[in-house]
Amino acid sequence: MSIAREGAAPAPAPAPETTSRVDLLLVAAMVEPNSRVLDVGCGDGALLRLLADEKGVDARGIELSQRGVNYCVAHGLSVIQGDADTDLAEYPDDSFDYVILSQTLQATRRPRVVIEHMLRIGRRAIVSFPNFGHWRIRAQVAFGGHMPLTRQLPTPWYETPNIHFCTIQDFIDLAQAVGARIEHGVALDQFGKPLAYRGRWIWNLLGEQGVFLLTRKS
Amino acid sequence: MTIVLTHKLTGLREVDAPHSLVAQFGPDHALQMDSGGRLDQWSIAYQTYGELNADKSNAILVCHALTGDQHVANAHPVTGKPGWWSTMVGPGRPIDTNRYFVICSNVIGGCMGTTGPASLNPSTGRPYGLELPIVTIRDMVRAQAKLIDKLGIDTLFCVVGGSMGGMQVLQWVASYPERVFSAMPIATAAKHSSQNIAFHEVGRQAVMADPDWRKGRYLEEGVIPTKGLAVARMAAHITYLSDEALQSKFGRKLQDRDAPTFSFDAEFQIENYLRYQGSSFVDRFDPNSYLYVTRACDYFDLAADYDGSLARAFQGVKTRFCVVSFNSDWLYPTSASRAIVHALNAGGASVSFVDIETDRGHDAFLLDLPEFIATSQGFLDSAAKARGLPPAAP
Repeated sequence: MSIAREGAAPAPAPAPETTSRVDLLLVAAMVEPNSRVLDVGCGDGALLRLLADEKGVDARGIELSQRGVNYCVAHGLSVIQGDADTDLAEYPDDSFDYVILSQTLQATRRPRVVIEHMLRIGRRAIVSFPNFGHWRIRAQVAFGGHMPLTRQLPTPWYETPNIHFCTIQDFIDLAQAVGARIEHGVALDQFGKPLAYRGRWIWNLLGEQGVFLLTRKS
Repeated sequence: MTIVLTHKLTGLREVDAPHSLVAQFGPDHALQMDSGGRLDQWSIAYQTYGELNADKSNAILVCHALTGDQHVANAHPVTGKPGWWSTMVGPGRPIDTNRYFVICSNVIGGCMGTTGPASLNPSTGRPYGLELPIVTIRDMVRAQAKLIDKLGIDTLFCVVGGSMGGMQVLQWVASYPERVFSAMPIATAAKHSSQNIAFHEVGRQAVMADPDWRKGRYLEEGVIPTKGLAVARMAAHITYLSDEALQSKFGRKLQDRDAPTFSFDAEFQIENYLRYQGSSFVDRFDPNSYLYVTRACDYFDLAADYDGSLARAFQGVKTRFCVVSFNSDWLYPTSASRAIVHALNAGGASVSFVDIETDRGHDAFLLDLPEFIATSQGFLDSAAKARGLPPAAP
């Protein structure tokens, strides 16, 4: 055993970047107390902790980054290392009340399949995503002639994990295509404040993010 | 007479008179085994640490690996080395002996005081040798369950173990789901792969090829097949380490010489290291016991008992799981742990899964890796909270 005991062990991982995302509270507000929740792409577990502490939720998570997973489990959360694209298929039907996908849809390889699995595994699905139809993004593409860089999407195109951007309008179309009913929808402005509804195109132009609660139609 | 003498010579006296507590079982608690065999008289040697609380809800069972034993957190009676998992078990450690009642027993087929091939067969008056029925992981767990019954414990707060110990953890939940509140299978697999069986077979053949093995009856003949067992240990030890770890520790460095001598001496440091590992192992381990415990792992295929579906083994279990793998472990690789996690998810179980990044290979689970320790601590703390156990004293 002498071989293995030598050498400095790696220091424990620090907390991943704090997720103080504006949509967390909004998403949490959509969840009924004491329900069963699966958070897909749970990051440092901020939402899981919020749901468990404030709402008595049985909260589980899936996270791709090893650092995020280790941090969550070391802090007592029930999280597995896994991938939305491959690991959702393992879960049985109706095993959760809510399946949440927060700011992750645009990074999946097959967003439609992911949404379908969410609606199969959970009675309801909550999805939040950056709106690629926001006027700043449109303006950067239209007038700047380059891929957009914003506060919310700060990574250049050649390094971003985001491969499937959509607009709020696109998402509504996808919900229809997979046979989901939109039970609740919110567009958030750049300060994370919900925009009053003055027509879909206004949301699509002024919303930085969309947050939608879906259910199966049947 | 010869037997006693041999045991004294080799440290195998622990077989008959272990430095441990021993629970004895008679025909009314016969051990019915998977192979069809049955032990009417058998015993199990174990260590305990900490205090069992009034409602007996704080007991943790630690399951040891292939060549481990019950001395998880105390100095070893033969080698004098610290307990094999003293990084994990002890006061203020994740398995906190100030907080939990910790039990670790020697497996059936072992040689540290639990009935094994070196024990006397009561029906013949000589050591069992190969007359001991083949032992399986499930037999080991059956024996542990009888010990836990004897200790008056209904539900274990946690069952935890690495490698072969992890197999016992999985078997515990499959066999007695209502008796396991939480479980930590570490660096393990739900079945032995072809490669796993292959390495074990090399080890067994090395033992059996030693002329001193005497068809397993060496104890009566006053010899020990130490050469064969040492070779088995050398081969196995390679599988416990990663290529990177060997490379960074030894590389091609020469042993006590500046230039090659063009001989078959232990020319390279790695050779010297393996020879040392082999020769020190034979002082504390019975060669037949090595055959039995390696065989137990080979037969392990949990899904096979459930129509080939691992998910069915865990269907509806309430046990909270924390599965841990190490990314440089090629003996029981991350993919084997991931298969367990998928089955647990499919069975609807509560599961955490962490793959620890390290270059230390399979043996990493025995080391003081901060990420691993923090994960274990976090999982056990949250499970303790759910179990209603009081927080650790500051």
